[in-house]
Amino acid sequence: MIALIFRDLRIAIRVGGGFGLSLAFFFIIVIFFPFAIGPNLELLSKVAPGTLWIGALLACLLSLERIFALDFEDGTLDLLATSPLPLEGVVMAKALVHWLTTGLPLVFISPFLGILLGLQNISVLFLVMSLLLGTPALSIIGTFGAALTAGMKRGGLLLSLLVLPLYIPTLIFGAEAARRGIEGFEIQSSILLLLGVTLLSWAILPFAAASVLRINLR
Amino acid sequence: MAISVESLSVSRGGINLLEGLDIELNSGQAGILRGPNGVGKTTLLRALAGLQPVETGKIQYSIDDVCYSGHADGVKPTLTVRENLEFWADIFGHHSISEAAEQFMISDFLDLKVGTLSAGQKRRVGLSRLGLTGRSVWLLDEPTVSLDQTSVSIFENIIKDHLLKNGCALIATHIDLGLEDSAKIINLSKYQPQSGKLSRSDEAFV
Repeated sequence: MIALIFRDLRIAIRVGGGFGLSLAFFFIIVIFFPFAIGPNLELLSKVAPGTLWIGALLACLLSLERIFALDFEDGTLDLLATSPLPLEGVVMAKALVHWLTTGLPLVFISPFLGILLGLQNISVLFLVMSLLLGTPALSIIGTFGAALTAGMKRGGLLLSLLVLPLYIPTLIFGAEAARRGIEGFEIQSSILLLLGVTLLSWAILPFAAASVLRINLR
Repeated sequence: MAISVESLSVSRGGINLLEGLDIELNSGQAGILRGPNGVGKTTLLRALAGLQPVETGKIQYSIDDVCYSGHADGVKPTLTVRENLEFWADIFGHHSISEAAEQFMISDFLDLKVGTLSAGQKRRVGLSRLGLTGRSVWLLDEPTVSLDQTSVSIFENIIKDHLLKNGCALIATHIDLGLEDSAKIINLSKYQPQSGKLSRSDEAFV
């Protein structure tokens, strides 16, 4: 499993691997918001958590198709399925690599974008925390969606339509935790719920994704 | 006995392809699957590899001994040959790739990116995975596609070597591999169903 993680990380940072694309997309979306809303700092800081969360969600979506499509096309997935590595492990490795190359970089640049949208020092911290806890859920749910559409050529749009509704709980609790923190309310309940969504999806979805892959490989 | 198949039926896309198929291969024996395109060679091999369910029949073997090699090589163009091989060696729990690299004559371009290799060289890289798995039952689907004559004869010797080490191989191929004297030839067209009736279809997105 570790071998698979390192191989996929290596592919991601090579030419054409797509590392950084989602990050740039996230950056651009968030920067466009002030253009659309206008330079009202008070308003901007109010919509900042929601903006950053939606941006993270869309950026995450952009890179989902690659998770299995390439391995499906060149036969790697067939070979992995017949290897000693269980498919559940393959799914978890893929989701982890997706998070390391997409979710984690988003978390790192979010404080700068938060400041850009007028958030104050301590508020940025709540935003970073909610993203840090929520983006792993986006990766594993997205990996499940990618497994569903693995056999399809150009299944990107269908993948987005399938995955977006599944992102709703993460979005609600994540953005809520950030907003409540910024406005000075207690955040324990929404943080716990967000963490619950993340842990539950990591516990269940590898099995679901692996069985879907087995069907798609037939 | 390394692998035994009894009255097996397989289907693809809701159509029965093969019926009542019996195969028995002992260790050290090779089987060669013959038959026209579309007769079900790939489907049979995928079913034996556990990638696809069988309709009826029994397969007796240990799935952990099986190594499947399909039409696609499963090598990554942006990684070097060495990185590709080391990955598969790690997955199968082996650590040295030099022996397999030498056997398949790819030692000279271990540090080149796979994307820069020719189709035949790429195929050799893909096949060298067989030597890394340490598994005894090889299921090979058209292994010699895009190999030149020298490579084909090298590959013949590798298979003979594998058989001598009590391995076993089931090969779907259209060309003469030089194994025909000792191998069991299985002509799949004999096992085509009488009526092309539709079986129950539960395949995804059919």
